[in-house]
Amino acid sequence: MAIELKMPALSPTMEEGTLAKWLVKEGDTVKSGDILAEIETDKATMEFEAIDEGTIASILVPEGTDNVKVGTVIATIAGEGEEAAPAPAPAPAKNVAPAEAGAAPEAAPTPAAPASASAPVKAPAPAERASDPAIPAGTAMQRLTVREALRDAMAEEMRKDDRIFVMGEEVAEYQGAYKVTQGLLDEFGDKRVVDTPITEYGFAGLGTGAAMGGLRPIIEFMTFNFAMQAIDHIINSAAKTNYMSGGQMRCPIVFRGPNGAASRVAAQHSQNYAPWYASVPGLIVISPYDAADAKGLLKAAIRSEDPVVFLENELLYGRSFDVPEVEDFVLPIGKARIMREGTDVTIVSYSIGVGLALEAADALAGEGIEAEVIDLRTLRPLDTATVLASLKKTNRLVIVEEGWPTCSIASELAMVAMEQGFDDLDAPVTRVCNEDVPLPYAANLEKAALVDTPRVIAAVKAVTNRG
Amino acid sequence: MAKAPARKPAAPKKSASTPAPTTNREKPRDPAPYEASPEELETFYREMLLIRRFEEKAGQLYGLGLIGGFCHLYIGQEAVAVGLQSALDGDKDSVITGYRDHGHMLAYGIDPKVIMAELTGRQAGISKGKGGSMHMFSVEHKFYGGHGIVGAQVSLGTGLAFAHKYRGDGGVAMAYFGDGAANQGQVYESFNMAELWKLPIIFVIENNQYAMGTSVNRSSAEDQLYRRGESFRIPGMQVDGMDVLAVRGAAEAALEWVRAGKGPILLELKTYRYRGHSMSDPAKYRSREEVQAVRDKSDAIEHLKKLMQDAGIGEDKFKEIDKEIRGVVSEAADFAESAPEPDLPELYTDVLVEQY
Repeated sequence: MAIELKMPALSPTMEEGTLAKWLVKEGDTVKSGDILAEIETDKATMEFEAIDEGTIASILVPEGTDNVKVGTVIATIAGEGEEAAPAPAPAPAKNVAPAEAGAAPEAAPTPAAPASASAPVKAPAPAERASDPAIPAGTAMQRLTVREALRDAMAEEMRKDDRIFVMGEEVAEYQGAYKVTQGLLDEFGDKRVVDTPITEYGFAGLGTGAAMGGLRPIIEFMTFNFAMQAIDHIINSAAKTNYMSGGQMRCPIVFRGPNGAASRVAAQHSQNYAPWYASVPGLIVISPYDAADAKGLLKAAIRSEDPVVFLENELLYGRSFDVPEVEDFVLPIGKARIMREGTDVTIVSYSIGVGLALEAADALAGEGIEAEVIDLRTLRPLDTATVLASLKKTNRLVIVEEGWPTCSIASELAMVAMEQGFDDLDAPVTRVCNEDVPLPYAANLEKAALVDTPRVIAAVKAVTNRG
Repeated sequence: MAKAPARKPAAPKKSASTPAPTTNREKPRDPAPYEASPEELETFYREMLLIRRFEEKAGQLYGLGLIGGFCHLYIGQEAVAVGLQSALDGDKDSVITGYRDHGHMLAYGIDPKVIMAELTGRQAGISKGKGGSMHMFSVEHKFYGGHGIVGAQVSLGTGLAFAHKYRGDGGVAMAYFGDGAANQGQVYESFNMAELWKLPIIFVIENNQYAMGTSVNRSSAEDQLYRRGESFRIPGMQVDGMDVLAVRGAAEAALEWVRAGKGPILLELKTYRYRGHSMSDPAKYRSREEVQAVRDKSDAIEHLKKLMQDAGIGEDKFKEIDKEIRGVVSEAADFAESAPEPDLPELYTDVLVEQY
């Protein structure tokens, strides 16, 4: 009986890959441990080795084939004494990129912010939030993955300002654990693209000190789960020093990396820290969804004089979006974006939740419910004005968050709606969050724990009395 | 900690020869006591006396309720900050320390009035009254604080050193920490990177024998703290921190090493704090006799005074300096008491630099 060799999943999030090169040919005898092929994932080129002995009976996917789905049979091995007969051809690999939920990168103008709530001393009125730069009609767009957009943002800023450096685990020679820093070492050298030991507390502190000393560090955490070892420097050193020094000592630094649940990596590697950081005065917190926002906001973060926590999402890294091909595409920090206009309900989200909200909105449109979808993009300072203006129009608010419900961005927005939008509410504010449990490993339990589109649809129907 | 999937590593190459032993690594030279001119001796004396009198006054104001919260006094340790910082180049070197920071600021010649006004929480304080005793900074003097989390300043200081090397400005960072902080993990994370990248930094352990109430012997498996850098190949020196000339001499040797691009160095300054850890510490963990013995036999200011007397400086001069310093301190205290508190709108300023 021939053994089928299937396209392996070489990372937790890999769904497909490129069969770059075969290192064996039909008729070759192989034994366990022999390297059979090189497979390119979106992160790295990996070697694929034999775990069985026998003769290569057939090679079913030629080298150079892109988008080979995980699980596709790529070759067969005949065991000892078996005839190396060709196996039946497998189903052809699909050459289709994953469909993106409608991503129309058009910002809608927002009315000016209302005066803020009362406080013992009157807090200054929030600054009027800048609008996205006008993109002239007919502007050329380039299709970029979020990963490429982030890299381009760093590279463009590094070309302009030699105080900027990137530091973290595997950012240089390995080209980034998730390939976000790919190519930066070649262009900028090891002085400005610095591999660190595995020492999060240490290099977060070192970066913060370098920022105090006049440089502009970009500190990459391999994931924000590991930044918990360093959270003292992010909060106690970076966020508070400007205030504690009476404005003398600035700390212009960007802490960036993937945040939130990835795929099947269990509880310690699957957490959304957005509410943690967004609760801290002195920090800017950004969590973009698409590639254009990732690029424009990372550039803004690098230029900011304030410390920025920039929360990416591993599952979004490989998704492609249109990014305007304009010179120096920078977006304003602190400004939400209306992704889809609607009249019946406002769905607010950020990061990967925006994709779910847009999918839900498309499905709901088919049932006659027009949802307005807002991507917060920046979580601190929160663009409450855009949310409240939308609420005034739709009178219903659903918040979608890939994260725990307790003390979340969702609960914060519910409070904002109570304090500042109470009279506009025709239904209780509703949130669609992950289940309130550590993220389980088992596939079915993980799926049950995470937010998804059907839950968003159900929540919207409930608040619009269509349930 | 699981990390992202790695490539299959290449098979290790078998090497026939074992690496040569590295026992003959270069070491910094043995420090010699600094040979100070009479003018320098007087400067050291004035600075140390200013710190002592300033701290005594701060203790008094604390007792009167004019200073609140935590207030960690530097009395007893004056020779350390004065001896080390006198060797630095104020135009390019940087300094960072923990929460026991008044002395380091005074040693840099920062106006005692704005320091005392910070202690009393006034608008005229160096941090506009928003930092207090533990959080004072002077970017102008390249003094980077003033940090309240034990050990944090070591990583931050390593970052200052990284910035010096990155810019190639010839500056050296000096990061002070205590015997207590010497047991924090991030100190060793910083040692590793500092030596790996040959960063220009002098790590200074001010060993005042007690981490709050826990003596070095009760908290440290290796209580010879100058050896704490050895496994990172960072050379260490143990220095009498009650002798300002020994301290200055060690600083010279350390600076020679670091400025030559040989990477970090670790100084352990053996010193003693006369007061409790903070104002609220009754210091029951050590005997009155122990403290008195240090005061009688090892006091840094008395030691320096003796040297100056031997050099022929008469009692009149000491009286004159003492009177002058008391005047400066009392002026600082009057200023700090009478200066207005911050305006209430200051509550909301300096949270962020930019408007969004």
